[in-house]
Amino acid sequence: MSFILRRLAFYLVAAWVALTINFFIPRAMPGNAVQAIMSKFPNLQPSAYKAIEAMLGVGHPGSLWHQYVSYLDDVAHLNFGTSVSQYPATVSSLLGQTIPWTLTLVGIATVIAFVVGTGLGIVAAWRRGGWVDRALPGLMFFQAIPYFFLALILLEVLAVTLHLFPIGQGFSQTVTPGWNLPFIGSAVDHSILPAFTIVITSVAGWMLQMRNVMVTTIGEDYVLAGQAKGLPGRRVVLNYAARNAFLPQLQGFGLALGFVVSGALIMEIVFSYPGIGLLLLSAVSSNDYPLMQAIFLVITFAVLFANLIVDLVIVVVDPRARSREGAR
Amino acid sequence: MTVVLPVSAEPSSLSVPPRQLGRWRRLPTNAKVGAILLGIFALAAIIGPLVTPYDPSFQNPSPSLSLQAPGAAHLLGTTQSGQDVLSQLLVGIRLTLELALIVGVVATVLAVIIGVTAAFLGGAWDELLSLLTNVVLVIPALPLLIVLLGYLPQRGQTPTILVLSLLGWPWGARLIRAQTLAIRSRDFVAASRETGEKTWRILAFEIIPNETGLIAASFVNTVLYAIGASVALAFIGVTDLSSWSLGTMLYWAESQQALQLGAWWWFAPPGIAVALLGTALVLLNTGFDELGNPRLRDAANASTIAGRRLRPTDPTPVLLAEPPRRGRVGGFLRSFSRSSLLDGGGEQR
Repeated sequence: MSFILRRLAFYLVAAWVALTINFFIPRAMPGNAVQAIMSKFPNLQPSAYKAIEAMLGVGHPGSLWHQYVSYLDDVAHLNFGTSVSQYPATVSSLLGQTIPWTLTLVGIATVIAFVVGTGLGIVAAWRRGGWVDRALPGLMFFQAIPYFFLALILLEVLAVTLHLFPIGQGFSQTVTPGWNLPFIGSAVDHSILPAFTIVITSVAGWMLQMRNVMVTTIGEDYVLAGQAKGLPGRRVVLNYAARNAFLPQLQGFGLALGFVVSGALIMEIVFSYPGIGLLLLSAVSSNDYPLMQAIFLVITFAVLFANLIVDLVIVVVDPRARSREGAR
Repeated sequence: MTVVLPVSAEPSSLSVPPRQLGRWRRLPTNAKVGAILLGIFALAAIIGPLVTPYDPSFQNPSPSLSLQAPGAAHLLGTTQSGQDVLSQLLVGIRLTLELALIVGVVATVLAVIIGVTAAFLGGAWDELLSLLTNVVLVIPALPLLIVLLGYLPQRGQTPTILVLSLLGWPWGARLIRAQTLAIRSRDFVAASRETGEKTWRILAFEIIPNETGLIAASFVNTVLYAIGASVALAFIGVTDLSSWSLGTMLYWAESQQALQLGAWWWFAPPGIAVALLGTALVLLNTGFDELGNPRLRDAANASTIAGRRLRPTDPTPVLLAEPPRRGRVGGFLRSFSRSSLLDGGGEQR
């Protein structure tokens, strides 16, 4: 239990750091965010200065501490202000529309990639020099390709030229969003290619990591002992070698999540997938600072939460995490 | 990879062949391929901008030169506004590599300082620095980069380098801290402390040289991260769009619809360059891993014994199966094979 409490405390600290960074960015940046916006939209009247200030939340009266407290209060109530580019929509309503898309697509695809990669890593380590193992350098090429570039190519070849998949978007224009069968079918149809892109680009990383840890565990004496006892090969591989190699793999999963999610966001842009990535692009291209900052917070919190879940899984899988006092 | 065992060779004849070549040959294949690829890119980055056939930004007004497929005059074709793709690529490789290398150096130095300090000071300092490391590690870098760079009045090379470096060190710092903790308790460190060496001297001459491999690996990883992040940032337009890097090439190709126009020679070269550069770095790193951990080395020097692939580092195999029944000729031939040695020889029927 103390392991979980420690981790929880850590994530709270991390969340607080992210919140604080987010608070200080507009205040610490050279120049003035309000002026930056004013200069980027030359047709704004000088009288708009106060309005933009209020919108960005930088013109708050009172001391810095006072601003900080009211900022935390706003975030706690999911009040991120108003979007500049899609006025008068609030930032939270925009986020509410896009989060489910990203969460479903990136979440499921990442888990699939992790499971498949770990499985392939086990096979590659157990059958060293076999065809799975030898395919690894080829897969590493896919991993090195920028997500969005592979997405571009796949979109062009499989969707535009071969008509195997729909071209971009989250769902077809002919269906009405909601919990009806045609819409869900269309959404699934539209998500296959983006999900496939995520899987193919990230699977090699999980595979390489699992293989390398697994190769070391296979050399351990307890694996040899398992074989010597005459246990069937599958049992030795899965229960002796893989189970122990899986723990570092899980920890790596939590730590690498930030990278994977970031890559997936850029990939969404290519597919015009109606998720947070696309929202982020529109925020960047229209200098929508409140939206950008809120997206940063949301993604950070999502990654922290996913890490907490990974830690819970570790407690289930690893008896040492349960018994050790100061587990770290 | 062939491994020559120096069993029968006389000691004198062993040292005669050029050692550099021998060392190169002993490198894992992955590392060799990676190093060669990286060398080609480095060469392109160094001499590329000197030999570019055209000014990469020069827009040829002649409409016949718009979107020209690769040919003699333009080896990689032209963009929509008649710019030479090859020139852009050569200049772009330099800018991207330059940025990645600087970020790699700065972030790795930060990682070494923070990792070594945390492990060596211990106690509350270690707690604090480890906490900092883990927090920066767990906060997703790309959205933060976008917000930070989005606020900057001008988006150039320098702010990007600065911000990428500030977010790129924790992975390395974590590894280096763990390694330093392991080395710190070794005898030679205790010995140098007994002889009155100063702390900075112990750090600089006893501990850090023992972490060269790890530092090199984390440098390569950081360069990889810097390339990926800078290209992604440029792709969504958070960069100085008037300069030519692999990322801005992709940005312009995407925003001017190179793909829809069928101009593969426009968007493919920068993408493939990034991918090859990334592959080279990943291969190099795998090679480093293999150098440090013999178990990971490729299976080329394995031999097949009793139907199993075995490497020299493997434990002695435990074989369950009864020897297969064979005909008289097969059994006779088998008695010469290596597997007969393992299964206790001959077949008792």
